[in-house]
Amino acid sequence: MSETLEKPAAPGATDPTVLSVVGTRPIRPDGADKVTGRATYGADFNMPGQLVGHILRSPHAHAKIVSIDASKARALPGVKAVVTAADFPDLASEMHDGGEQASNLRDLSLNVMARDKALYDGHAVAAVAAVSSEIAEEALSRIKVTYEVLPHVIEVEDAMAAGAPLLHDHLFTEGLAARPPAASNIARRHYNERGDIAQGFAAADVIVEQRYVTQAVHQGYIEPHACVAAWAEDGRCEVWSSSQGQFMVRTYCAKVLGLEISDIRVTPAEIGGGFGGKTTVYLEPVALALSRASGFPVKMVMAREDVFRATGPTSGAVMYVKLGAKADGTITAATVELKFQAGAFPGSPVGAACMTALACYDIANFTILGWDVVTNSPKVAAYRAPGAPIAAFAVESAVDELARKLDLDPIAIRERNAVRNGTKATYGPTYRDIGYVETLAAIRDCEHYKAPLGPNQGRGVAVGFWFNVGGESTAAVHIGEDGSAVVVTGNPDIGGSRASMAMMAAEALGLPVEKVRPMIADTASIGYSMLTGGSRTTFATGMAVVQAAQKVTAELCQRAAKLWEVAPDQVEWKGGQAVCLDPTKPDKKPLTLEALAAQSARTGGPISAQVSLNAQGAGPGFGAHICDVEVDPETGQVSIVRYTAAQDVGRAIHPSYVEGQVQGGVAQGVGWALNEAYIFDADGRMENPGFLDYRMPVASDLPMLDAILVEVPNPRHPYGAKGVGEVPIVPPLAAVANALRSATGVRMPELPLSPPKVLAALDAKGG
Amino acid sequence: MSKTHILATVNGDPVEFLASPGMTLLDALRDELNLTGSKEGCGSGDCGACSVILDGRLVCSCLVLAPEVEGARVETIEGMAQDGKLHPLQQKFLEHAALQCGFCTPGLLVAAKALLDAHPEPTETEARYWLAGNLCRCTGYDKIIRAVMDAAAELRQERAA
Repeated sequence: MSETLEKPAAPGATDPTVLSVVGTRPIRPDGADKVTGRATYGADFNMPGQLVGHILRSPHAHAKIVSIDASKARALPGVKAVVTAADFPDLASEMHDGGEQASNLRDLSLNVMARDKALYDGHAVAAVAAVSSEIAEEALSRIKVTYEVLPHVIEVEDAMAAGAPLLHDHLFTEGLAARPPAASNIARRHYNERGDIAQGFAAADVIVEQRYVTQAVHQGYIEPHACVAAWAEDGRCEVWSSSQGQFMVRTYCAKVLGLEISDIRVTPAEIGGGFGGKTTVYLEPVALALSRASGFPVKMVMAREDVFRATGPTSGAVMYVKLGAKADGTITAATVELKFQAGAFPGSPVGAACMTALACYDIANFTILGWDVVTNSPKVAAYRAPGAPIAAFAVESAVDELARKLDLDPIAIRERNAVRNGTKATYGPTYRDIGYVETLAAIRDCEHYKAPLGPNQGRGVAVGFWFNVGGESTAAVHIGEDGSAVVVTGNPDIGGSRASMAMMAAEALGLPVEKVRPMIADTASIGYSMLTGGSRTTFATGMAVVQAAQKVTAELCQRAAKLWEVAPDQVEWKGGQAVCLDPTKPDKKPLTLEALAAQSARTGGPISAQVSLNAQGAGPGFGAHICDVEVDPETGQVSIVRYTAAQDVGRAIHPSYVEGQVQGGVAQGVGWALNEAYIFDADGRMENPGFLDYRMPVASDLPMLDAILVEVPNPRHPYGAKGVGEVPIVPPLAAVANALRSATGVRMPELPLSPPKVLAALDAKGG
Repeated sequence: MSKTHILATVNGDPVEFLASPGMTLLDALRDELNLTGSKEGCGSGDCGACSVILDGRLVCSCLVLAPEVEGARVETIEGMAQDGKLHPLQQKFLEHAALQCGFCTPGLLVAAKALLDAHPEPTETEARYWLAGNLCRCTGYDKIIRAVMDAAAELRQERAA
């Protein structure tokens, strides 16, 4: 069964009083496994007879691969296979829409294994499988790669300049009126406008403009990529891996290796964080190729250095924002230009950044211009609300300056220009059922906003938007003979979604949540589901779960009708039991799920249902944040002293895990603002590929993070859910920068706001 | 390279394995003893996912060479729950939803246990600095710190009773 649907709301969507499980805080079903070390992550799985696979990576940011001689590696005892790009099909350019971002399969394949050119430091050029890690490393050192080193380019504006080293001879800018005469590093131009921009600025009483810069940052999941792949002699393959989508891994492996989907089964391991960075493949096709070549299962685990050099990150960017406003704060015009590093292949999130940049504002006149630019750095991957935090850093900093210039409260200026239900979004659709102004009101009225500040402290406000998506999902609900339930989905649990799936099923079935066991199935055991990303799982897969549970309760009513010998429409499912409505049968006492399950053999057999759908109507999410910082004038160190994040979450299925999403997004955003950055040396090699030098927030860097959940339900989800995971990383970059501006009087438009830069800015200001 | 025969105590039980000179304690636990609860996030002592208690001291097992643990006592996440009952820290992590992906959780629990073993009444700031060697990318630490403080209070109550 497959349908595109927008069903009428179930009772719980708009009336929370009818809910008994949704909105409570039960212990997560996979909790005991995860606090005892039993949960099996990517690197925890082993196959009998497995080999170890290691990858040889380019030490050059840009180089022609003249030749690869692996004969000495192959001759080493214990080496079972060596593969290079010659062992993978040379794919044609083909776009594949895998979920949050579309991918070009040729580029995906070339990123997995470089063919003619290495395009960044860390680009895979060969791989070996050996009986031990030591032998695999020794083998790598015996592979002779002859490179012709080429000039490289990493900074986005350098890559756009005339005469820049070209990454791809075949790259002609798309999105222009006509095909340009020459290839360049500019993959695509995005443009959107409304109204009359000149008139808009002419009508303004004040104008602010500024150039902003952010650096590439990594998703920073603590679990490095890992997988085991086994190729059988009959051509059937098995892959175990940690990813955000087992079906995504299956599709990409099939495409990169030229296999049939039906020949690959992918089993999802527990995933140790992804944040968008595990929405593509790096190791899996290589492990399969090594397994095919060697005849043994192959396990591959990245070192942290490989994770930094060859996976993730998100774009660094150079941006320009100009805003004009009336004296009362009404924004009359906005010009936004965004230049994003894509890394080695096209596909930065600049498109989404253009769409989200002004999404919180109702502006009559604007132009938004975006550039997707390839650079000699790792191909960017999705990172939590891809593109949106970068654009928001620029726009929210500019709105803060506008408020200062007009002597307006930063929340008041955002309220004055806020999008509401019925507003046409800058990116096209008309908003409905959004909770943005409610979210602004929540921070305006919270105690934090009124609290006094100490010396060297400052307060910043910023807002953020993310679309949230729906999409294809499958869920099955099986009733056990004791009346318990198993819920099966195809979405890896990246932050507690097992709990929300079990809770939504329990709500629909009328069972205690402890009687529902949520399972995440391999690709051969459940229908297709798009990957866990885009804040879609609780919304879309949750919708499939609820509908499958509703099919089960409809079936249970049928079974009761049969036992009672009444018409099926005379039975209602209420409070976890079948209730007889037939007034002529007053003796029929309600039948529990347990009682009906016990008799299922007599009434038609096992009770289960499956629903596959393409969920529409994901509600967009808005967040509004307040950040207090304290600056050490001696060192330039910026500390976060207080933080409050309000967000419209639709309805929180499990409020603790929703708060956790908000807090986690804030912490990542704070790291992005204050410390995190890819640093390259003059040769284009990453200088800080480890957690010591790539400095993510630790516990002592942060205060408690207050999350305010604003619930404006999404009527298109059975229980009102909206996606929650991505919005919270959007505002913090600017919230921190605006707080620093307030503390120091200095606007710092370039991230990260690290101590030496802050100190230099303070010194320049004259102390 | 010849391997060394190592005898040690892990979670109260005698264990023995052969260690090559460069093998880390983390590799020994995961690959030789099948104790995969300790995780490798960095291999350089920066993330704390491999935290274990070695002769009463909190260490990153990726920075300890396996041949060094001859005769030592090692406590790992697998030894934290006793007699089928979760340690109060484990229970509080669940009650406070102090984990999302769960990958850093074993290391954080071991580090938090070492904290409470040494300092039964930590302030929030002390807890934050003690746990600063354990990276979590999911939670922002808020619920982790609450869980640790709550577990500390419960353990003090248990001791007083």
